[in-house]
Amino acid sequence: MSGSTISHSVVDPTPLARRVAGTLVVIYAVVSMIPLLWIFVTGMKSPPDSISYPPKIVFQPTAEGYCNLFTTRTRQTSEYVKSLGEPEGMCDEITRARNMVIAGKSNYWPRFVNSLIIAFGSTFCAVTLGTLAAYGFSRFKVPLADDLLFFILSTRMMPPIAVAIPIYLMYRELGLSDTRLGMILLYTAVNVSLAVWLLKGFIDEIPREYEEAAMIDGYTRLQAFWKVVLPQAATGIAATAIFCLIFAWNEYAFAVLLTSGTAQTAPPFIPTIIGEGGMDWPAVGAGTTLFLIPIFVFTVLLRKHLLRGITFGAVRK
Amino acid sequence: MAKEKTIADRAALATPEPLARRIRGLSDRSIAWLFISPTIILLLAINIFPLIWMIKLSFTNYAANRPNRVIKDIGLRNYERILNDPDIWFAMQVTAHFVIWTIVLQTIIGFSLAYLINRKFRGHAFWTTLILLPMMLSPAVVGNFWRFLYQPQIGLFNYIVSFFTGIPPSSFDMIGSVALAPWAIIIVDTWMWTPYVMLICLAGLRSIPDYIYEAAEVDRASPWRQFWTITLPMALPFIMLAVLFRGIENFKMFDMVNLLTGGGPGSTTELASITLKREAFEKWRTGYASAFAIILFVTVFGLANIYVKALNRVKQR
Repeated sequence: MSGSTISHSVVDPTPLARRVAGTLVVIYAVVSMIPLLWIFVTGMKSPPDSISYPPKIVFQPTAEGYCNLFTTRTRQTSEYVKSLGEPEGMCDEITRARNMVIAGKSNYWPRFVNSLIIAFGSTFCAVTLGTLAAYGFSRFKVPLADDLLFFILSTRMMPPIAVAIPIYLMYRELGLSDTRLGMILLYTAVNVSLAVWLLKGFIDEIPREYEEAAMIDGYTRLQAFWKVVLPQAATGIAATAIFCLIFAWNEYAFAVLLTSGTAQTAPPFIPTIIGEGGMDWPAVGAGTTLFLIPIFVFTVLLRKHLLRGITFGAVRK
Repeated sequence: MAKEKTIADRAALATPEPLARRIRGLSDRSIAWLFISPTIILLLAINIFPLIWMIKLSFTNYAANRPNRVIKDIGLRNYERILNDPDIWFAMQVTAHFVIWTIVLQTIIGFSLAYLINRKFRGHAFWTTLILLPMMLSPAVVGNFWRFLYQPQIGLFNYIVSFFTGIPPSSFDMIGSVALAPWAIIIVDTWMWTPYVMLICLAGLRSIPDYIYEAAEVDRASPWRQFWTITLPMALPFIMLAVLFRGIENFKMFDMVNLLTGGGPGSTTELASITLKREAFEKWRTGYASAFAIILFVTVFGLANIYVKALNRVKQR
């Protein structure tokens, strides 16, 4: 931070300042990654390894966590297990080594599929509605536009539990409790506010002259929207969609209060994974890892638009 | 608006009759409403209608698990009881403790990190993306895994603390002890959301033009003075934005804390949202919970109002 020698541009930090800053940031990054690494590592441990003291960093990796995640098992006598004959596949072998047999499939996969359907369904709806509304707000003089935009944003600020009370009653009346359709509708409503605000920012950045030129060439307003604006806004729409996906994928409060079975998503299910005598931490680690991987990918894809997404489009860098 | 119409009209005159009819067929105003109304209708149906229903319920003794009971109109008694309920006041204190400490820690650490990253050391883009990861993940699923990290004997957190301080790892229980549990949730929240504050602060620091520092350098202002008279004041709107947003989000915090401590031990980490969930979905005092939800909602709405004003101020820069 020495600025007295003007051998370099005054606003450029000195090499030493850079190196110190870099070291501190890397230390923070590494420390903050430890919990995430531990989730991944725990998923590959055997149950005894996962609860050993001191915590094991070197261990024999096993697929037991993943096997337990996808199956339900029953304990049997060792004579019975021996009498069964050849095990079918790796998971069968691992399970039998613990004197257990696979009784069936667990609910993890159906819950994961629910998460996928609800996240993609609600994202599609929210982005479609959001794109239309954002175009409307961006290009036309809408009466009370600022009030409507504030109203749209404020719906996202509501505490989820407060929203869940009347939604619970309403869905019970309408027969939407514990249905995927109900969850898709709800997540669409929550996400559409984000979609409108983000997409309005993106569409505002597309010059009006493009559409006007297209309309002089004989396009109708709708054709100009479809053939000129949408392709121009593609990146923004994709970024918005990923933000909506992440929200719907991560959501827990509505899911735990409004779903219990057929439409339950993964977040309320993962904490209920238990083994014999308490939490089955390797299975939880495995389930959490699989659940987080899509988000890792999305975060890397989104990194240029992150700032915009988390501030409702206010800060654009 | 007027200019567009003339262009559209000119286009209409210059184009063949069927096309011209189509242009006139859908006026800009009808397109605007066609585009915006689906979003507004969805939000009215999923957010506003239930909200009005909830306001109605808040004046009754309705219990959702006893739908056949006669609903009595009890006026403002629910509100009166909430304001005199020591449990509610305790929950508000717990929430205030959580909100204040998370904001203080996240702002200090987040701003420092942003300041360091702004030194633009080698590889800062990669490390920034890595640091951002925790905030993108599901607070519920990750919060659930922190229960494992906080286990007294086998948890990694306790092990690391004992490694550096020498305190035996089984001598303290982060989520089971009345004194430590409030800090357990603050630590997890700070770990997750410091990147959020960091990202917004970074945008603030990058928005400060170099020439201001160059001018300060010419005036021989010390680095210390530059920080207090240029860097901090100019980044302040961004810091305020981050603080306000974290304030709103943590005021309604539910998912991570519900899974990590469930409000316990006793009610030491029972935040407002968790109290609300207990009243509404465990004790089934729907009318009472509705009144509390309204109070929380009004509070958040007030904060959101300030938030939008702050957003607009940042936008103008």
